[in-house]
Amino acid sequence: MNTQDAVNLNGATVDRDHALHLLRSMIRIRRLEEKCAELYSATKIRGFLHLYDGEEAVAVGILEALTRDDAVVATYREHGHALIRGVSAGAILAEMYGKQEGCSRGRGGSMHLFDNKTRFYGGNAIVGGGLPIAVGLALADKMQHKQRVTCCFFGEGAVAEGEFHESLNLAALWQLPVLFVCENNLYAMGTALKFEQAVQDITRKAASYDVSSAAVDGMDVLAVETAAKKAAQTVRTQGKPFFLECRTYRFRAHSMYDPELYRPKSEVEEWKKSCPIATFARKMKTEGCIGNVDIETIERDVAREINEAVAFAEACTWEPIEDMTRFVHSERRTP
Amino acid sequence: MSSDETNLQKITYREAVREGIREALQKDERVFLMGEDVGRYGGCFAVTKGLLEAFGPERIRDTPLSESGFVGAGIGAALGGMRPIVEIMTVNFSLLAADQIINNAAVYLYMSGGQFNVPIVIRMATGGGRQLAAQHSRSLEGWYAHIPGIKVISPATIEDARGMLWTALQDPDPVLIFENSSLYNMEGTLAADAGPVDIDKARVRRPGKDITLITYSASLHKSLAAAEILAKQGVEAEVIDLRSLRPLDEKTFLDSVVKTHRAIIVDEGWRSGGISAEISARIMEGVFYDLDAPVERLCSVESPVPYARHLEEAMLPQVDQIVNLIQKMVGAHG
Ligand SMILES: Cc1ncc(C[n+]2csc(CCOP(=O)(O)OP(=O)(O)O)c2C)c(N)n1
Repeated sequence: MNTQDAVNLNGATVDRDHALHLLRSMIRIRRLEEKCAELYSATKIRGFLHLYDGEEAVAVGILEALTRDDAVVATYREHGHALIRGVSAGAILAEMYGKQEGCSRGRGGSMHLFDNKTRFYGGNAIVGGGLPIAVGLALADKMQHKQRVTCCFFGEGAVAEGEFHESLNLAALWQLPVLFVCENNLYAMGTALKFEQAVQDITRKAASYDVSSAAVDGMDVLAVETAAKKAAQTVRTQGKPFFLECRTYRFRAHSMYDPELYRPKSEVEEWKKSCPIATFARKMKTEGCIGNVDIETIERDVAREINEAVAFAEACTWEPIEDMTRFVHSERRTP
Repeated sequence: MSSDETNLQKITYREAVREGIREALQKDERVFLMGEDVGRYGGCFAVTKGLLEAFGPERIRDTPLSESGFVGAGIGAALGGMRPIVEIMTVNFSLLAADQIINNAAVYLYMSGGQFNVPIVIRMATGGGRQLAAQHSRSLEGWYAHIPGIKVISPATIEDARGMLWTALQDPDPVLIFENSSLYNMEGTLAADAGPVDIDKARVRRPGKDITLITYSASLHKSLAAAEILAKQGVEAEVIDLRSLRPLDEKTFLDSVVKTHRAIIVDEGWRSGGISAEISARIMEGVFYDLDAPVERLCSVESPVPYARHLEEAMLPQVDQIVNLIQKMVGAHG
C-alpha cells in the first residue's frame, strides 16, 4: 500500500510524520503499562500501581501543546505523562523497582515520579493535592514575568474536593496561566460520576468561576491535541486559566488491587471499541497515511525501548540504607 | 544585642515581626507575603499594617478564605523560584491546610529524591489566654514538630521575632514560624540595626545551677518570672528557650540537666503525645544517670480550651504552678 504525506481529517491537515509520532507515543505508554502489570505480577514492582490503558490520547494530545519550559503537575496515574514529558522508560521503571537510579531515587515509586529537567512536578497521591501547587507555579511565573504555562492533570474525582474549587477561584481571581486538564474517566475508584456529583457537567463548574472551558473526546488524540493547543494558546497569550475536560475511560481496574465490582464487563468492552490507539491507527490506514509496515516498525522499536528499560532497571542499584534520611532536609542551607 | 545603648529602640513583638517582614521584602525581590487580610485589613493581629501601602498588592497579597488553596499556591510559588511568606491567621485554621503542609511541603524534596526544594515560610499565630474558646486557642506547634521535612520554630523574644524570619527564608526547606498571639503586645528594646538570628540553637535565657526549666514561646516569660521568685528563695533555676521544636537542639538542654540534675518542661501544649513527652524521653535516653529526680512536666490541662476566664487560666500553665512544682522537686529530693 502506498502512503501519502498528509491527510485531511475533519478539516485539519495531519502530516504522516506527525501521525506516526502520535501513534508511537500512545503505543509507548500502552506497552510500558503492560510491562508494569507484568512486572507487578512478578513482584518486581510493589505498592499501588494505577494504569492508564484507554486514556493515552489525553496525555499525548495535551503534552503536544506544551513547550520544554512549561511545567506539568500530575496525579498518581502518571506513568504516561512522565514518559511523554521526556522521562526515560528506564528511569520510570527503575523508580518502580525502588532503585536509586529511578527518577525519584527510589523514594517515590509508581505514584511519585518527579523530574526537574523536564519540569515534571509529580506524581501526587492526594486527590486534588496538585491543583493548588499548579496555581502557585503559575503565580511564580506571573510574578517573574515568565510566559510559561503550568499544566495540571487530575481526575473527575478531584472535582469534588475543596482544593479544586479553591484553585479555580484563585487562578481566575489572580489571572494565572494554568491549564487545568480534567481526565474524566467516569469513575473515582469505584464511584461513578453520577454518585458523586450533583452537577455532572464538569465544565459548568469551571464556568461558575469565570474560567473558560471546553470538553473534548478524550479517546481521539487529534481532537485532544487540537483542543489542547487552542487552550494552551489562550493561557499563554492571555495569561489566564483554561479548563479542558477530556472525556475518556480506563480499560483496567483502578489499581492492581481492584476487583472491579462497580461496573459491568460489557461496559468496558463497549468502550474498548473506541480504544484511542486502535481507532487512530485504523483511521490513518484508511486514509492511506500509514501502512501496516509502519505499525510493525513502531511496535518493534517500542518493544526494544521497553526491554532495554527493564534491563536497565534490573541492573540498577539499591540506595544504601545509611542514606535513608538523605533529602528529608536539603544538604546545603542556601537554596 | 548591640553594646551601643543609644542604639536601642523601644519596640513591640508585633512591630518586630513586621520589621522582619519589611526587611525581607526590601532585601529580596522574590519575597512576597500572602494570606487572609494581610493587606487591606492590615493583618488580623495588625502585624502587617502599612505593608500594602509600602509594597503594593502584588507582594502583599490578600487571599480568599482558602487555606489549603493559598498554602498550596505558596508551595507551588516556592517550587517556581519565589520566596513566599504565607500567613495563616492562626494555627487553628492551618488544619484546613494541613494536607498541603504535611502531604506536600514536608515531603516534596524527599519524594523527588532531592530534586525539588520548597523554600516556603509559613507564619501563624498560636496559643490561648485570650478567652477565645476551643476553636481559636490551640497550641499545635508540638504536633507539627512531629513531622520530618519541615522545621518548626517559635520566637519568644523581640530579637527572635525580628530576626528569625530572614534566616527561615534563607532555608531551602519549609519553615513554620509560630507566633504566640499573647506576645504581640509585649514591649522590649532592640538595636535599630538588629539583624537575622540563627534558628537552630536553643538559648539559655537565665543561667542557674539547681534546676533546668525547658520551655519556649509565651511559657518562657512565665518560666522566667517563676525563676525570679525562686531566686529570692535561694533556688537558682536555669531557663532554656528551645526556639526550635524541630529539629530539637537537645545538646543545650542535656548539658544543662547534667549541670543541674533536675528538669521540668513547661509547655502550653497538651501532655499526651506532646513535645514535652519527647523532651522528657530524650533526657531519659541521654542523661538518665545524671538525674536526681524524675523529669516533671507542666502542660495544659487535657481539655479543649474553655471560654470562662477562670477556667482558661486554670487550664494553662501559670507562674505559681511552676514555682510550686519546683519547690516540691527541689525540696523532696534536695
Ligand atoms: C484526598 C484523597 N482521598 C482519597 C484518596 C483515595 N483515592 C485514590 S484514587 C481515588 C479516586 C480518584 O478518582 P479520580 O480523581 O477520578 O482519578 P482517576 O483514578 O479516575 O484517574 C481515591 C478516592 C486519595 N488518594 N486522596
